[in-house]
Formats: sequence, C-alpha cells, structure tokens
Amino acid sequence: MLRIFHGTNYDFIKPWRIAVGLTVAFIAIGLIYLGIHGINRSIEFTGGTLMQLEFTQPPNVGDIRATVDAAGFPNSEIQQFGSPREFTVRAAGHTAAEGAAVENTAKEIQAALEGKFGASNLKVVRTEIVGPRVGEELTRNAVIAILLSLVVTMIYLAIRFEWRFGVAAVIATGHDLLSTLAFLAIMRLEVSLTVIAALLTVIGYSLNDTIIIFDRVREDLKKNRTDSLYTVLNKSINETLPRSVLTHVTVAAATLSLLLFAGEVIRPFSWIMLFGIVTGTFSSIYIAGPVLLWIERRWPRARSDKNLASRAAAKDAPRSGPRTPVASSR
Amino acid sequence: MSNLKYRLGIILALSLLSVYALYPRDVKSRQRRADGTFYDTTTRRVPLRKGLDLSGGMHLALDVDESKGAVANKSEAIDRALKVVRTRIEGMGVSETVIQKAGNDRILVDIPGIEDRERAIKIAQDQAFLQFQITDKTNALEKALPRLDALARERGLADVASTGAKPAENTTGLSGLLTGTDTVKAAGGAASDSTKKDTASIPGVTGGAISKMILAGQMPGQFLYDIANQDKLKSFFADSAVQAALPPGKVVKFGSDSTLIQNKTYRFLYLLDARPIMSGEHLTDAKPSTSPLEGTVVEFQLDNEGGRRFQRETGKHVGDYMAIVLDDIVMGFPPVINSAIGTRGQITMGQGRDLQNAQDLALVLKAGALPVPLKVAEVRNIGPSLGRDSINNAFTAGAIAIVLIVIIMLVFYRFSGFLAIAGLALYVLYTLATLAGFDAVLTLPGLAGFVLSIGIAVDANVLIFERIREELDRGKTVRTAIDEGFFHARSAIIDSNVTTILTAAVLYQYGSGPVKGFAVTLIAGIVASMITSMFVVRTFFLLWLNRSRGTQTLSI
Repeated sequence: MLRIFHGTNYDFIKPWRIAVGLTVAFIAIGLIYLGIHGINRSIEFTGGTLMQLEFTQPPNVGDIRATVDAAGFPNSEIQQFGSPREFTVRAAGHTAAEGAAVENTAKEIQAALEGKFGASNLKVVRTEIVGPRVGEELTRNAVIAILLSLVVTMIYLAIRFEWRFGVAAVIATGHDLLSTLAFLAIMRLEVSLTVIAALLTVIGYSLNDTIIIFDRVREDLKKNRTDSLYTVLNKSINETLPRSVLTHVTVAAATLSLLLFAGEVIRPFSWIMLFGIVTGTFSSIYIAGPVLLWIERRWPRARSDKNLASRAAAKDAPRSGPRTPVASSR
Repeated sequence: MSNLKYRLGIILALSLLSVYALYPRDVKSRQRRADGTFYDTTTRRVPLRKGLDLSGGMHLALDVDESKGAVANKSEAIDRALKVVRTRIEGMGVSETVIQKAGNDRILVDIPGIEDRERAIKIAQDQAFLQFQITDKTNALEKALPRLDALARERGLADVASTGAKPAENTTGLSGLLTGTDTVKAAGGAASDSTKKDTASIPGVTGGAISKMILAGQMPGQFLYDIANQDKLKSFFADSAVQAALPPGKVVKFGSDSTLIQNKTYRFLYLLDARPIMSGEHLTDAKPSTSPLEGTVVEFQLDNEGGRRFQRETGKHVGDYMAIVLDDIVMGFPPVINSAIGTRGQITMGQGRDLQNAQDLALVLKAGALPVPLKVAEVRNIGPSLGRDSINNAFTAGAIAIVLIVIIMLVFYRFSGFLAIAGLALYVLYTLATLAGFDAVLTLPGLAGFVLSIGIAVDANVLIFERIREELDRGKTVRTAIDEGFFHARSAIIDSNVTTILTAAVLYQYGSGPVKGFAVTLIAGIVASMITSMFVVRTFFLLWLNRSRGTQTLSI
C-alpha cells in the first residue's frame, strides 16, 4: 500500500509566528499594490464597452489604439487576449454622461476598425456593453454574497460544532479572502463576476478543509479528555495529513488543467482557484488552529470539558497567543 | 444479502433515471424562413441547455428609461412591457429565447445564436409609439425664426455645413434643384401641387444660425437641413427653452429619410400639429409589403373604433399632409390626404430600407407599443465561434483533469481506487442528469465548476479510504474497518459539504447570469458526490466483500 505522510508527528502549531508573519507580509504587499494600482475591475463593474476582436493577421497594436482613439474613445484599453491575433478593446462609456445610447460605442468602434483594417480582416467575437447602474448593483451583490456566506457558515458551524470552532473557521476563511485579494492585486487580475464566483468557491473550499480538521478535533477531544487542546489539534492535523495532501494534489491537478487548457476567458478564475487551494490549505493548519487555541484561552469552555479547557488555559495563559510547549504529551 | 440487493436496486434505478434524463429527445422550435414566414422544425439533442457564452448569442438587460419623466408604477409597467417584448422577440423566429423580469425594474432577454446585435436591440427597445400628426400649414416656423435665431446666438450655435461666405447662393441653388430631383417626384408625388409656394428661401431670413441651417421643403411644414448639422439641430430642438419658443400647439420632429443634392446629404425635419389625430393603440394588424411606386411599405389595419375616428379626423383634413410619426421620427414622406381614410393605411419605409426592416416594423407594431420607454442597461454578445472554442477548451481541460485524477487514485488506492473511479463515473452521470432535470443552463464558469467539483468529489473518497486505512492499522478486520471507515468519515463529509452548499446557495441568490449557472452546477455536483461516495462506493465495497468471503486483505 502506497502511503504518504503516514503516522507523522509534526508540531504544526509551533511555528505559528513565522506562518502568521509570512502571511501578514504577503497581505501587506498585496494591499500596497492595491493602494498603488487600485482594483482592476471588469466592465461588469465599471460600466463601459468591451469588444473581443479576432484578426486574420496579427495586427499592430499601435494601429488599433490610434484607430480607436480617432473614433472618439481615447484612454481605451487595448490588450492582447490569448493568441497574437486576438485583442480586447475596452472603452469607458463616453455615453455615460449623456445617459443614452450605450450601445452605440461598440458600433462606432467596429466601424472605425473595419475602416482601418478592412471588414473581412477582423471579426467581433464578443461584445459586452454595461450601463453604469449595473456595476453598482453587482458590487453591492458581491459584497452581500461574500459576507452572507460567511455569516451563514458561522451559524451552521456554531450549531454543528460550537461557536469557537465557527469563529475560528470564519477567521481563517477571512484570511483566505484577504490573501486572495492580495494575490489578485499582485497578479493584476481583472475582477469580473467569474472571479467573484472563484472567490466564493475558495471560501467554500477553505471552509471545507478547515471543517475536515475540526471534525477530527471534535472526535479526538471526546476520545482523549486529558490532552490539552494544543496536543489534540496537532494530533488531528497529523492524522488528517495524508487526506489533505492527496485531496489538494487532486484538486490542484484539476485546476492546473483548467488553467492550462480551458482558455483565456476562464484563466483568471483558474488562477484564483489555484491560489485558493494553497491559501486554503495553509489557513486550515496555521490560522484556524492557533485562532481556535487563542479563543479557547480567552473564553474557556465551561461544563464537562472544564478539565481540558483549564489545562489548556493554564499552560498558555501567561503570553498572548498560543504558546509552544516543550513537549507534547501523548 | 437482501440489503445489498436493495442497494444495488437503488443505484440501478438512479442510473436509469439519469440516462433517461440525458437521453436525446426531440425539441420543437420555430424557425423563420428568409421570406419572413415561420415553420416548425424538430431537432434531436441532449436536454442540457447551453448558456449564451457556449452557444453564442445575446443577452440584453432593459431598464425603464426615466430620462424623459418619472414612471409611477415601475413594477407594473415592466410587467406590461415584458409581454410586449416577449411577443416581439418570439416573433423574430429564434428558438429558445428566455425573456424574464429581474427585480422590479428590469427585463432580461436571452437570444441564443443571434449575430445581428443592432437588430435585436432595436426590436426589443423600439417603443413603437405610433402617431398620426398633420403638418403645419401656417408658416409658423418661419414666423418663429427670429426668436429661434436669437436663442441660437445665445447658445453660440453656428452652421458648420455652409460657410458664411455664400449662404444665400447656396440656398437659392438648392431650391431650384429640389423640384427637379427624382426623389421628390417619387416620394412626395402627392405633394406636387402645393410645392410651388415656399420653395424659394424662407421669407424674412435674418441671417441667424437656424435660418441658415434649415431650408424650406416641398410641402408645408417640411424643412431640409445638411446632415452635418444634425447633432446641433437635435440638441437645439431638445432644449426646453427652444421648445417654449416654438409656436403654440406645434412640435418639431425629425424625419427618417435623407436626400442627396449636389453630393451633399440633406435630411428632413417637420413642424407638426402637436395634437395627434390618431395613435397606434387601435392598430390590429400590420404586414410588410412592397409596391413598385413607393418601395417597401408596411400596411396596417385599424379596429372599428379606430377606423371611425380616423375617418372623421382625416375627413376634416382633406388636402393636408399627414405625418406618420413612429417613436418621434417621421416615417418616409407625409402623404397628402385625398379623402377620408377608413380602417386601412400604410407606412412608407422610404428609400434604403429593405424588406427586413419592414418585417421588423410590422412585428413591432403588431405587438403593440411599449407602455414605458426602455433603455439598454447591458448587452453581452458572444459570437458562435467563441462559444465553440470555449466548449472545446473546457472539454480538453475536463478530459485531462479526469485522466490525472484516475491516475492519482489508481496509484494510491489500487483496487479501492478503482471502485472510487467507478463511483466517480456515476457521479458525472448523476450530476449531468440533475442539471438536465432542473433545466439548468450550462455556462463556461459552470463547466469550470464541474471540472473542479470532480476534483472535490474525490475528497470524500479520500477521507473514507484514509479512515479505512487507519482502522486497518488498528488491527481491525477488513469488514469492520470498512464499516468504521465509512461511519467515521460521514460527519466530516456532511459538515464540509453542507457548508459548501450554503455558500453556493448564497452565490445563486446574489449572482447573475453565468455565476448562477456556476452555483447550480456546484450544488448539483456536491449532492451527487455525497450520494456516490457514501452510498454507491460503499455498496461496491459490500458487493466485493460478499463475493470474496473470508478475504483478509484489502487492496487500498
């Protein structure tokens, strides 16, 4: 039988300072990027016109830019999209001010480009025209969706486990949200509806992973009532390690195949998912665990688990944050 | 043993149901021939609807346009507008259109396979507000010109077409040419009697910008202007101060046609009586037609009440010119009223409009006017080639992902891995069947979510197998280890999947378009994965245990 990471006994909680330091640094870099460049929002959010063009010959980008500028849409973004024959033109809605005829922008740009390159040499394969109001609604809905999904999960976990686990899982997931945003900013990925969907999938995936570990903690806590939470957490993470590795490798394989073969349209989605697998795995171990310990120490459990809770509290009390014991008692 | 039969029976039933749900069946659709008539065809296909990003097509969001005045009860107005838009779009003869209300003030229109963006927008958005108005015959605009010129000066309006050096020469030259051109004879044939007056330059020209820009036409109330001045004139006459300066009871409307004089394109504008003698609500039928004399026309018919009123009103205006105004545009040339008109009439489309235009106009007129003006909030148009590429890409990615997963599972879990893969095959079948059953739309993010969910579906199996291994390590027998493994993994599988379903449900509630498709795929995938991992794969294990009684080793 082929086994990996079987019967391990790593102390995962011990280097939590290093882990938190790394992730805080990463998020900080991401936020700095965000501060400098801002979020690269898709036209679904900004409003405007996006056209995807397919040329028969690789065109000169400068020519496209000059033509679009001359047609009355300066400051349009022109980007290569996949192959060198495909480009996207993104024009801010000059019509937004007039309030009417948003659909004319695409028509005018197409006419100008056909005039320059010849109608038979290019094809408009995709057009997206979004009025200014739609973006506001989408932004609002995206924020509501993300917050609501976190609240709903927290409630579910509070019922199935207890509130400490719920809060720890949600904080770990909040971390994933931040680090994924940092990744978005550093990679300069465009935030579209699809990317929001990917973000929510990352939330789901990360929660999923945290819950698998917490489920084991719940079980082990019942079995070993004398062990500290610190020990139980480490034991549970080690026990679920083979599963974690194998599952993440499999999902990463599927995502990598999406990234490499599923085409340009879905690429930002695939990037987010791939990063989400990494950060989700990381946070389930290095964020959810320490946070759970911290909560446990601040608000120790009452009733039958008193023994265990007070032990954990006594051990870790003097310092702020989960401490590293000299040796785990097994 | 009976338990096992029961389990196998359920799996078989589920699989048969899934195959039935996915079995290709006949779909009736309405198609339109090139000549505009309809026919029904039946095509055979798998009942999984492709989203617009995969099939190619157009998504359109229409909002109530409140720029010309607030609308009191938007929700109710949208309900009525929805019916009109539906009748019009379905009349276009494209199959599988989806037209629905979103929120309280938006109509969403999905038209698969359509390539002509402009045409679809026009058909959905045209308000089709039809009015018949009499052209002004009192030279009211000429009298108002000094006031208009003064207003134009205030606004710094200048004539761009004719340079200041020779406006007078230009004007008279034009008037001379006008009566000689063919266009006038063909289109304004009825106007020939009364064109003698007013064809010279407008009396009382003060040299102001407006006086220079517009020239008298061949019928009372008709004027020409250079197309280069169009934007200026349109914004000038849209100004409320300008409208107040117009003679009382008169309105300015622009015409649909243009004419070429001395290589310059001129268009028409009209001064009309503000009170319409008739509006389109009494219209019962409209159909396109061609006549050798007038080109493409749309013939319409009015109901009895409309007919009576039309007859009465036109009887009062014999000898006048009647402008047919559709959505504030004067269609073709206003015909002269020779005698009272009854229930039948026609709209001249003017030159340069083909039969398709007439068909679309007839369609829009027959469906009725929109109760509120609509404006385009969002358009997404995906070419069919891009859709095909997307499907191919997604299938390549999916196939490669599946191959990788199969290899990983076989390498790590051997025989048990094989059982898991058999379970995964059923998982794919069940998921697709659920999607077909709920009539879900397959979108590109949905396909990506599906590929992803295959990876996640493996997770449940991995959880169970690792647990079985642990139980075997503790020295339990194969049968007990399998039982315990499935039992202990259950809470983790349920809790983790339910939270994902909750997230997906939120996504479904607040997402739109492709994202909704993604959420549905995710939910269907998770439910199918729970069933296959906890029930189907377990049954496979039980079956194997039964077949190999007394086996002490499990290949896992």
